[in-house]
Amino acid sequence: MGLLSDPNRRRALTNLLTRLNAPICVVCYLAGVMWFMGLAFEPFTLRTYMSENAMGSTMVEEHFPAGERALATGREFAAHKKKVGGMPVNWLVKTMESRGLEVFTQSFTRKLPFPDENKERYLVRGTNVYGILRAPRASRTEALVLTAPCSQGNANNQAVGLLLGLAQYFRSQVYWAKDIIFLVNEHDLIGMQAWLEGYHHTNTTGGDWSPLHGRGGSIQASLSLELSSDVITSLDLVLEGLNGQLPNLDLANLFHAFCQKIGVLCTIQGKLQRNDWESTSGYSHSAQTMMLMVLKQASGRPWGDHGLFLRYHIEAATIRGINSFRQYKTDTTTIGRLLEGMYRKLNNLLERLHQSYFFYLMPSLTRFVSIGYYMPAFGLLAVILLLRVSFHLSDRRGLGVGLTRYPGVLSILTPVVISHMTGVALYCLPVMSQEMAVQHFPVSETEAVVLTAIAIYTAGLALPHNTHRYTLPLVLKLVALLYLAVLLGCTALINFSLGFILALSLVPIAAFITPHTHKPLSAAIMVLLSPGCTLLYCVLIFQELQETPVSLQDGWMLFLSVISQGILDHSLYGSLVYPLLALLIYPCWLLLWNILFWK
Amino acid sequence: MAAFRSNIFMLAFFLCGFSVFVTGDVQTNQMNVAETVFIDNVPTTETDASPPSVTEQSQTAEEKRLWEGTEVGTNLADGASDNKVDHVHDTMQATDAPPSPPAKDQTQRFAFDERIWEATNVEINLVEDAPPIRDKEADEADHVLDTMQTQDFPPPSTAKDQFQEELVIKPLHSGDIYASFQFRTQWDTDFLLGSKVSHYRLFPKSLGQVISKFSVRELHISFTQGYWRTMQWGQPFLPSPPGAELWVWFQDTVTDVDLAWKELTNVLSGIFCASLNFIDSTNTVQPSASFKPLGVGNVTDQRFLRYAVLPREIVCTENLTPWKKLLPCGSKAGLAVLMKSEKLFHSSFHSQALHIRPVCKDWQCKSTSWELRQTLNVVFDLHTSGQGKREWSLFKMFSRTLTEACPLASSSKVYVDITDNPQGELFELSPATPLVSQAVVLGDGRTYSVYDLTDHATFGQTHSLNVLLRWRAAESGEMLRPLLHGERYVAGYGLQTGEIHTLVYNNHPYRAFPVLLLDTVPWYLRLYIHTLTVTSKGRDNKPSYIHYQPSKDRLQPHLLEMLIQLPPNSVTEVTVQFERALLKWTEYTPDPNHGFYVGSSVISALVPSVVAMDTNNTQERPLFSSFFPCKEESTYFMRIYTEPLLVNLPTPDFSMPYNVICLTCTVVAVGYGSLYNLLTRTFQVEEPSQGLAKRLANIIRRLRGVPLLT
Repeated sequence: MGLLSDPNRRRALTNLLTRLNAPICVVCYLAGVMWFMGLAFEPFTLRTYMSENAMGSTMVEEHFPAGERALATGREFAAHKKKVGGMPVNWLVKTMESRGLEVFTQSFTRKLPFPDENKERYLVRGTNVYGILRAPRASRTEALVLTAPCSQGNANNQAVGLLLGLAQYFRSQVYWAKDIIFLVNEHDLIGMQAWLEGYHHTNTTGGDWSPLHGRGGSIQASLSLELSSDVITSLDLVLEGLNGQLPNLDLANLFHAFCQKIGVLCTIQGKLQRNDWESTSGYSHSAQTMMLMVLKQASGRPWGDHGLFLRYHIEAATIRGINSFRQYKTDTTTIGRLLEGMYRKLNNLLERLHQSYFFYLMPSLTRFVSIGYYMPAFGLLAVILLLRVSFHLSDRRGLGVGLTRYPGVLSILTPVVISHMTGVALYCLPVMSQEMAVQHFPVSETEAVVLTAIAIYTAGLALPHNTHRYTLPLVLKLVALLYLAVLLGCTALINFSLGFILALSLVPIAAFITPHTHKPLSAAIMVLLSPGCTLLYCVLIFQELQETPVSLQDGWMLFLSVISQGILDHSLYGSLVYPLLALLIYPCWLLLWNILFWK
Repeated sequence: MAAFRSNIFMLAFFLCGFSVFVTGDVQTNQMNVAETVFIDNVPTTETDASPPSVTEQSQTAEEKRLWEGTEVGTNLADGASDNKVDHVHDTMQATDAPPSPPAKDQTQRFAFDERIWEATNVEINLVEDAPPIRDKEADEADHVLDTMQTQDFPPPSTAKDQFQEELVIKPLHSGDIYASFQFRTQWDTDFLLGSKVSHYRLFPKSLGQVISKFSVRELHISFTQGYWRTMQWGQPFLPSPPGAELWVWFQDTVTDVDLAWKELTNVLSGIFCASLNFIDSTNTVQPSASFKPLGVGNVTDQRFLRYAVLPREIVCTENLTPWKKLLPCGSKAGLAVLMKSEKLFHSSFHSQALHIRPVCKDWQCKSTSWELRQTLNVVFDLHTSGQGKREWSLFKMFSRTLTEACPLASSSKVYVDITDNPQGELFELSPATPLVSQAVVLGDGRTYSVYDLTDHATFGQTHSLNVLLRWRAAESGEMLRPLLHGERYVAGYGLQTGEIHTLVYNNHPYRAFPVLLLDTVPWYLRLYIHTLTVTSKGRDNKPSYIHYQPSKDRLQPHLLEMLIQLPPNSVTEVTVQFERALLKWTEYTPDPNHGFYVGSSVISALVPSVVAMDTNNTQERPLFSSFFPCKEESTYFMRIYTEPLLVNLPTPDFSMPYNVICLTCTVVAVGYGSLYNLLTRTFQVEEPSQGLAKRLANIIRRLRGVPLLT
């Protein structure tokens, strides 16, 4: 602080910052990116460890014997499903009752704002069936949940079979201290949303569901099971939930510990763990895993049925069985034993899972990067904005043409309001005007929504040209910089990945855009770094990382469907990414666009 | 010398007692049974003290006598104890007229008659009062020690302490089985009038002292592990909420009820090895209507009532052992031998309770005696213990069989509910018993097979009774939906607000009935009482009576009592919103992330009886008796408890304070001072003032005309 109290040195510092502002910003940006990429380097990350004492030292023995019977039940379920042409509610109720559970059903209806073309549904009607295993001598205050979706076609029959098999086995055990709820949900996330809202008696997204009649108290943890083949080669753990929320890291540790114990291959993001961190390929493997996690988290959508539990502060994860072409296969009995072990450990919990991290990235299943390690990467990017603000404040002459007729802060209101009105239009109009669009153009509803969104997005570029008459670019730029800094800072605190990706693309243009630059070139760069294009790159990179590269044509189609999914996620489950982009990020980018075209 | 003399006395009384046995009235003396008799006689009896030897006993007798002497002296001064002295002679001689009033004779005759009737008609009353049949030796010993005791310390003339025990086994529709023990000890004393009582026979002394010291009128305490599943199991005989529940009516002579309550909870905490000492003002309420006295007496002033629930209390063997010790036979004889904790706690539901209340002593109810009712309810699970095979036996449930009744018990019976099984088509009951009893339980006529343990024939040739139920049908039919049941849950998410929903179901097809709902909510959930809504069938249902006592932070909980009319065949939903308070950091429990408990709601109701609802029950009864439902059957009182709630409060990260302290100190020490300087001062570069020497030199230089020094 002596540095700042001394006026000479302070002046020197200011001079340095002003003079070397641009290089410092570039260095910060590069350092931020480097830091982020370094997170995947194994020596820089921490090994995962079990923090929860109740789950650590006490080992349990697994005895689940009835894998074959579970598969038979699964086949029976499949037959009934085919016969009924949907959820075999009566059969499920009867089967669960015969296993000694208290069985309840919940019906729900949901009308989507526009047809979902990926899953081909518009008006969704369904029934959830759940059975509660009452723990002996427990007073219905705590519960664990095991869910399996009743999917279309032949998917997930084995999961339902295993769920019923586990229910039967669990029922005959005496050690349960928490009620266990076995839920078979129809229409995957929509059914799950209906069940969770029914359980907690909330209604955040305007669905229509019948009230629940059986409850087990406050849910402590939940696992969602997806299993589509009789044998599997590996189990994949899915953690990313709604709005980028993650379950407590101990849940992942628990899964990993049991996979190790029982000898099941386990993956995260579909990627196996590798031990050759020294080699380039080893590093790029873990970097890919981490990037996949970042991209999934940034999307803000639930990547499995567990994703909606996180809103209710219920630790949840999806376990997905994968059958690839490997030699070594794992049978259902082993998966049953794995789940039994996990539930017994969760049953031992005295408190909710809270000891370990809630904010983390995983470059592999045994390594994690905690919030303290990854935040500096974002901080390095965010500091650029502040540096630019200080630069412009100390160096007014650079931009300030004619400070004498300083028009006041109110003058920037016009572009700010107009930008935000465009944002509001982008948020509301696509869904509202779909009918009109369908009438006038030969497109389906979904296409209408997406294309309207893109049209409004593009139209926004043309709008603000005549609004800057009374505004100084300096004031506008200062406001835009501060606005962006606050926005990105808040976003990164809630969803680091989203904040970081947005910062990567928006910070450079926000930092260096002035009215004096080469217009066509700058405009091209700005468009290429706009939020919409960032989304397109993310889609392409995601496909690349998943080792399913797509052509530009397919990528564009995928991009369109991602937009429609984003809007659907918002209206169905309350995902916040679409409103964030439309109402805040896009207007902010329009402000910068405005500066570029200042005459 | 004194010991020798007392030995001689002993011998004399022994002889005397023997002669009494030979000549005297057996029935009379049997009522004056002393506890110590059976300590010597039943070698397996578990007691708090080792069996005293003759010399020891005589010493204690001597001491007692000394003490008694002073007592008698004071009593003589009062002029109230002359009959006491008389009584000594009465019992010693035992040739005088029996001390019991004629009413007792009547009872006995009545009981005797009833027994004959029972044998012929194969139907007995549920509350029959048959005298137990005794071994000759036991009787002999009775008299011996009886007289020994009475010499020193005579019982009151009307003393007729009684002990009854029974076990009801009820197969439930879910396939589980419900076993309910009831032990009833009647203590024939009345210290309400101010007389001091220091002699205890069947009634446990520890409780008797508690009652007299704290002037308790009624005491109800229950320890429950698990939640009674009304929808699967129907109604329990005695409902209780999960955890510990305690409610006490004090005598109106108590001046400081709160103090008495506090001391009482601490004493009970010691007696039952439970955490009742955690009952304080923050979880104690005074309900205005929900808990009325169950004994005689018409006290309605709620100032003398205290009610508290500890939903978190874990009940285990350490609570069972002291509870068993309160029984006259301990767990060594009678039905209590079945109470092996490894089996009782290997169940779906376990509840033990204790109720003390004053009851009428005789038909006219001119005076009262104390009733101690100890109950233990267990539900055994079909799936975890049966391996799917539906077969129950006493041995399978308790890993013990019955071999004898408690010798102190005047009645000892095992009932098996066979209402759904009149012809034995559902399950087979062995050994078969000819005794059948009918009773109206919770508004429903039930039929029971009865095993009378005081009858030797019950045990058969194996000298043990192992009641066995073997199912014939796989399914046990549909259960009648319970007419009343309740549910409760917390709605909403996040850690700021929430909503408590209480659902009360009236499943009666055409009758509406009122219920009293009692909610006790801890202060750290701040109820927004203006958001209270009561809706039935989609319409607002205005409670006819609301008693609300707001909470005070860290002092008292919310109390909400409402009288709600439940429309027929409806669900009534009571919702109220709350805000979660942020506690002080020392107020959190050691496991704050587990959550905080809110005790069960209590729903008390007068429920219309099922008897009137039953359409095909006319076959066994005459037509004229079944048209109008008779009064006592038309409604019955019922109390049900909802689930307790587990609510998460905003919880700080308790590993953080150390970090926070370190960080704060660093920031204050390093950052604050400098930043403060920076913000409040302005810095200017100042030309350094020249030194005195330099100034002088410059003056000289100016004079000389040479350039000045800088």
